[in-house]
Amino acid sequence: MADPSARNVPFALRNYSAERLRDALRKMLLIRKFEERAEDSYMRGLTHGTMHLSIGQEASAVGACMPLGDDDKITSTHRGHGHCIAKGADVARMFAEFFGKETGYCRGRGGSMHIADISKGNLGANGIVAGGIPIAVGAALSAKRLGTGTVAVSFFGDGANNEGAFHESLNIAAVWRLPVVFFCENNQYGMSTSMARSTAVKSVADRAPGYAMPGTAVDGNDFSAVAEAMERAVKRARGGGGPSLIEAATYRFRGHSRSDRNLYRTRQEIEQWMERDPISGMAELLQSHGVIDGGEFDLISASAEEEIDAAIEFANASAPPKPSEVARDVYAAGPA
Amino acid sequence: MNPHSENGEGVREVSFAEAIREAMDIAMSEDERVLLIGEDIGVYGGAFQVTGDLVHKHGADRVVDAPISELGSAGVAVGAALTGLRPVLEFQFSDFAALAMEQIVNQAAKIRYMLGGAASVPVVMRLPTGSGTGAAAQHSQSLEAWLGHVPGLKVVQPSTPADAKGLMLAALDDPDPVMIFEHKLLYKMKGDVAPGRYVTPIGKAAVRREGRDLTIVASAIMVHKAIEAADALAASGADIEVIDLRTIRPIDSETVFESVRKTSRLICVYEGVKTLGIGAEISAMVAESDVFDYLDAPIIRLGGAECPIPYSPVLERAAVPQVDDIVDAAKGLLNGAA
Repeated sequence: MADPSARNVPFALRNYSAERLRDALRKMLLIRKFEERAEDSYMRGLTHGTMHLSIGQEASAVGACMPLGDDDKITSTHRGHGHCIAKGADVARMFAEFFGKETGYCRGRGGSMHIADISKGNLGANGIVAGGIPIAVGAALSAKRLGTGTVAVSFFGDGANNEGAFHESLNIAAVWRLPVVFFCENNQYGMSTSMARSTAVKSVADRAPGYAMPGTAVDGNDFSAVAEAMERAVKRARGGGGPSLIEAATYRFRGHSRSDRNLYRTRQEIEQWMERDPISGMAELLQSHGVIDGGEFDLISASAEEEIDAAIEFANASAPPKPSEVARDVYAAGPA
Repeated sequence: MNPHSENGEGVREVSFAEAIREAMDIAMSEDERVLLIGEDIGVYGGAFQVTGDLVHKHGADRVVDAPISELGSAGVAVGAALTGLRPVLEFQFSDFAALAMEQIVNQAAKIRYMLGGAASVPVVMRLPTGSGTGAAAQHSQSLEAWLGHVPGLKVVQPSTPADAKGLMLAALDDPDPVMIFEHKLLYKMKGDVAPGRYVTPIGKAAVRREGRDLTIVASAIMVHKAIEAADALAASGADIEVIDLRTIRPIDSETVFESVRKTSRLICVYEGVKTLGIGAEISAMVAESDVFDYLDAPIIRLGGAECPIPYSPVLERAAVPQVDDIVDAAKGLLNGAA
């Protein structure tokens, strides 16, 4: 570093243009507003089923996608709205999917837990804990065999670290030296069960040595720290160095799903995490380094709000699927 | 003459296992995207020597020895299929697919539908199946009806070397996940196989023996037992038709219906447990259709006994339908009708 004063400048400020940083903030705000309005739609009976909100986890979703292009693949989780938006999804088609409309990403067949956006490399959210982890390893196998130079990133929560699929996947990826990053969003609870009560090791990153790969624990509410760890892991994967495991410590401000009464967490704990809101943190970071000023934050926020308004309007105006097409797309050539 | 060979040119006697290997070899030679994944399928050649020497021809990057991680391997195959490869996953025994059921049932089968048709999972899974090897309850099951119950999967059960090759090539052409149940006792069976590429269509049954008095619908190894039973009864004047189902999802109801309209009597023979099995489905399809009016006798199902596959050879034989059971059932139906 030529300029010694740059030593204290966070990674993101040193490595990303102002435009990319503003876009990252915008995506974080879009995720937050998307989920707040999704919650509101649910309350008002516009959506059915359940939903899993990632409010409070926006820095990990957006930070983790910073090194990725549209050709890089991700697999996501039941708490996947953030990953989907971070990877570039259109919130109008997401809302349409929520409302069960034909214009949704899955033509209304998937709902919140199955939104995918293949054109952006998002292979889909998943209703099965750890279900997407081996699929990401398969995507990495394709990348290696086909020589695409792309990587795969598997998002999963702390709850998944005790599934067999997690352990089998890490082992296979390491043995075959595949270009994949295992990105754990440790939001402290698998539904109601804490890490301490479910997991023999202190940290998910501690699993990495068992699979001969680097394991890094970062503050998942710190956009810059997440992006820095991911840039390193993705570079290693692209260069043929094999897989890495990253654990981002974060917290969901809301409950597990709509049925959660929050009996397993204290109000104090929730408030402590809310004081470390990743969006406030990101805004402060960008303002303190002169990337944006307070007025620009308001403008970005307002534009995200407008995008959500338009998305909801689009979703409301869209047609539902035809009942006669219930068995469409079970097979490539239609119902058997 | 082999129906797939024009003028019978180049047709050779090939074993069921060799026929599958030939199909995979053809596909791998034609298409770089095809790769094989499985436990001990490389230099070992596979537990039943189906992949054999393919590793020496196509290399260890395309005939990939997997760790003993059925769930992980199945997920890797699904993810690879989703992103441009054409993987063939070999389970060492179909029983071990129980370890991978999550990826087969929740992921492979449903991804196309859940995503509104936006993606395909063209994965092929090979599942060595069935009893008769003395391997007892955890290495002898016939679980094809389990997977046949899952929309999104296609499930095939070849009974001849020619079809084993043709269905494998059809599976590799198919945009959807195809599960191939290979009966282990058939691996060494030889039959005429045409050279080069041909496909046996998925979803199409075959009439293996024509007859007018009784239809036996069978699958996999039971096709051979049914033919043996039919031949034995021919001496006493019974004229029995044997249908080889070949695919159990999607099932070819029309071939079954056409036959039963002609014969008016139906026996279903399958190795999987009798209750809630293939025979129940065939029977119900007939009972729900106009073909019901053609029936002159109750339908009979001969399926596996309501127990795990036992070890002792005496018990193992007793647990699945044998030729004598088919002969007895057919006699009962034909005499009752006389």
